[in-house]
Amino acid sequence: MIDILINITLLAFLAITSVAIVRLTNLFATIMLFGIFSLLSAGLFVVMDAPDVAFTEAAVGAGISTVLMLATLALTKGQKKSHEEDYEEKPSRAHRPWLPLAVVGITGAALVYGTWDIPGFGDPDAPAQTHVARYYIENAMPETGVPNIVTAVLASYRGFDTLGEVAVVFTAGVAVLLLIGGKRPKSSTSLKGDGGQDET
Amino acid sequence: MDFFTDHYNYWVVIFLMMVGLYTVISRGNLIKKVIGLNIFQVSVFFLYISIGTVEGGAAPIITEGVELYSNPLPHVLILTAIVVGVATTALALALVVRIKESYDTIEEDEIHELDHTL
Repeated sequence: MIDILINITLLAFLAITSVAIVRLTNLFATIMLFGIFSLLSAGLFVVMDAPDVAFTEAAVGAGISTVLMLATLALTKGQKKSHEEDYEEKPSRAHRPWLPLAVVGITGAALVYGTWDIPGFGDPDAPAQTHVARYYIENAMPETGVPNIVTAVLASYRGFDTLGEVAVVFTAGVAVLLLIGGKRPKSSTSLKGDGGQDET
Repeated sequence: MDFFTDHYNYWVVIFLMMVGLYTVISRGNLIKKVIGLNIFQVSVFFLYISIGTVEGGAAPIITEGVELYSNPLPHVLILTAIVVGVATTALALALVVRIKESYDTIEEDEIHELDHTL
């Protein structure tokens, strides 16, 4: 019972935080709220018996993602006089809220309709629990000698998946370096020069 | 009441998913779009971990005297997904920085206007 209570509380916090993220226009506050969102989700992962995922989410989601976003904000803020203006996102002119709301509403309704057929939350006889998961739980310890089943599956049974993951991270790192690393000619930013002339 | 306790988790997950999708569609600021994408991503993680949860089960670490464990397979998949997710986020943010250098703005409307005047 206490599990369900904590679960509902954390889910309510997450919902409130996400709505606040949409409604706030200050980008700095939005990024900080996103860090809180990641930390809350790490707590929820612990409640749902996934401590390994919680570690990763707290370190990578709440830590690295937030730092990356803050760095991007620092690199992209404008040359306004006051600091508050720098972090404000401008209200969108091309976008009316009604079309996105309709799209989101219809998609959400279809997904909720889909949950009718999902086995109940925590059902031990659900199909997901009865096939390959049972094999891992029974055989991971004798076959690999690692008590943490998640580690055993990640590094041993599905080692090739992890190799593919390393390839993806390497590719992303190379792409980021190609995009913003090293020296580039400052030719295309003529707009910035125009702004400077206006001021003088 | 049973139906509610069986499914409320999925409903909140879908709500978070739709909030993320709405942010991506309706906000013009590119950093805000990336944040919306991240919210969507985290809610997909919740969906997987919810499916792997077993009522009364323990974390999947072999311990003496524990019989029932949660499903370890979604945990493995989501561990991989989190790391890949931060890699794609870094790539998206690098693109945002590059767009700022070329267009001197990260607002979608202004980028479109500049594209049409060129």
